[in-house]
Amino acid sequence: MILPDLPIGETVESGVYWLNDKFGFLMDIFSNIIDILISSFKDALLFLPPFAFIIVATILIYLISRKNIKLAIGSAFGLLLIDSMGLWTLSMETIALVLSSALVALLIAIPTGIIAAKNETIFHIVKPILDFMQTMPSFVYLIPAVIFFGLGNVPGLVATIVFAMPPAIRLTNLGIRQVPVELEEVATAFGTTSIQKLFKVELPVALPTIMAGVNQCIMLSLSMVVIAAMIGARGLGYQVLVGIQRVNIGQGFEAGLGIVIIAIILDRLTQSLTPKK
Amino acid sequence: MLMGLSGSGKSTLLRCLNRLIEPSDGHILIDGDDIATMDDKELRETRRKKLSMVFQGFALLPHRTVIDNVAFGLEIQGVSKEERYAKAEEAIAKVGLKGYESSKTSQLSGGMQQRVGLARALATDPDVLLMDEAFSALDPLIRSEMQDELLALQDKMKKTIVFVSHDLDEALKLGDRIAIMKDGIIAQIGTAEEILTDPADDYVSEFVAGVDRTKILTAENVMKRPEPVVSINSGLKVALQLMKKHGISSIFVVDPEKTVKGILFIDDAVAAVKDKKTIQDVLVTDILSVKPDVPIKEIIPVMSDSSSPLAVINENNKLIGVIVRGSILGALAITEDDQNDLT
Repeated sequence: MILPDLPIGETVESGVYWLNDKFGFLMDIFSNIIDILISSFKDALLFLPPFAFIIVATILIYLISRKNIKLAIGSAFGLLLIDSMGLWTLSMETIALVLSSALVALLIAIPTGIIAAKNETIFHIVKPILDFMQTMPSFVYLIPAVIFFGLGNVPGLVATIVFAMPPAIRLTNLGIRQVPVELEEVATAFGTTSIQKLFKVELPVALPTIMAGVNQCIMLSLSMVVIAAMIGARGLGYQVLVGIQRVNIGQGFEAGLGIVIIAIILDRLTQSLTPKK
Repeated sequence: MLMGLSGSGKSTLLRCLNRLIEPSDGHILIDGDDIATMDDKELRETRRKKLSMVFQGFALLPHRTVIDNVAFGLEIQGVSKEERYAKAEEAIAKVGLKGYESSKTSQLSGGMQQRVGLARALATDPDVLLMDEAFSALDPLIRSEMQDELLALQDKMKKTIVFVSHDLDEALKLGDRIAIMKDGIIAQIGTAEEILTDPADDYVSEFVAGVDRTKILTAENVMKRPEPVVSINSGLKVALQLMKKHGISSIFVVDPEKTVKGILFIDDAVAAVKDKKTIQDVLVTDILSVKPDVPIKEIIPVMSDSSSPLAVINENNKLIGVIVRGSILGALAITEDDQNDLT
């Protein structure tokens, strides 16, 4: 028996081109916004010379992490190491990309998670989309991103946003659903509006779980930002890619080490933000 | 006081009162307004101002301090921070938690957590307090302490409290009126005495079978009418005749205002007649008396030490009843019989 050769690939392809054709102007607007976001973060991070930045960052990390002196000192050493490897600008670029993509991803993910927790229909629509997004190999997102946004930081960021969003949606949804029934009843029994209930009871109670989602989102952003170097995203990922192409072990390792340092700092910092249960 | 086994619908009934569960039928009237037909806005206002609730599992907000938990209801109403903290502090003092305002709720013991829950419900000064198995999660000693404190608070506040409990002793201790529920239906509603002495059906009598009646029944429930009595101005022969006629060995002597003057024993009276004395001469003025609301648990030891009957007098010192040993035994025996009939 001969099965018909379903033109799934062709259909998706023509769909993507059609979207690009009809909504190209929207993509341009979006592209400009993302571009501004990235360069603002980058300018802010590169505003101070490395040493001044490291001092300010260490103090900030110490304060944000509620006086975690080990984290603050460790971060200072990590940042000094990055500077001494001559990767300062590239690292700041990577951090700017991670912060931009995580910010946009969270702005979409947290409200989506809340709505999905409140509405069963939306939850049943969102859930398979999330499954799809998480199981699809991350490289595949790079192709339509290139078609819509060309090469460079913006398509890299768009692919990153798509990749980093699912866990934040899932954990926000889970956090809100796990709010004990009695606490929901307290809110209702004292006469809250649904907005008051959300902001005074549900979100604060769900915060530890939501923060775990934020942490996941930032870590996935970092990993994807590196892969997005394949479509022209800058930063340390590009350095790794060059290292691969030229079989330059030293260059690749240094850039990789820089990514690890950034990953550890971002991970510990977001974890220390999470309120203890 | 809503009473019943788990699954009898008491918590559901309570939640219908503030519409945490939508009632399918009927009316819930508070100050003449029907909660069951209110729109969202009216319902919210009623919940904010008139009703508040205390939960079995305390249900404190874990991210807030004690005072912010207590001020929650006021915060929802949009009361300014200063005012709500002032009121919250008042409520915290009422439940005896002064000094713990800025503690985290997770640092408190179960009893203290429920005090916070109670303070939170009191802070909005509601008309009606809904308490859902509020003390069931506490250990027995703390529970009894909280019950006493609730009674003391209620003495001052005089609020309407709807209290759900599966603990009969708690219901009898706290409840002015008790509703016993079975399968979503109220089997009987009445005072503790009414339910114990006159159960509406087999279920209710089985339910109350294990209760220690000596704690519930009071002097008033077991006393006999104060007849006969003899006036202090009567002659001894009148008194003797009355005792013979009724076959008793002693008689209370009262003045025209029905105030007890003493007790006259038959032997003394017979001797006194021979010696030509008057009632006043042989009257025993040192009599045993109790107030009508004293439980018979406290009367039994008094009675076992003395053979004379006990006078029940009201706050104006008037004789309103008499208790002899037989009346207590009778009150207890009747209920024993009822239990035997069931088994």
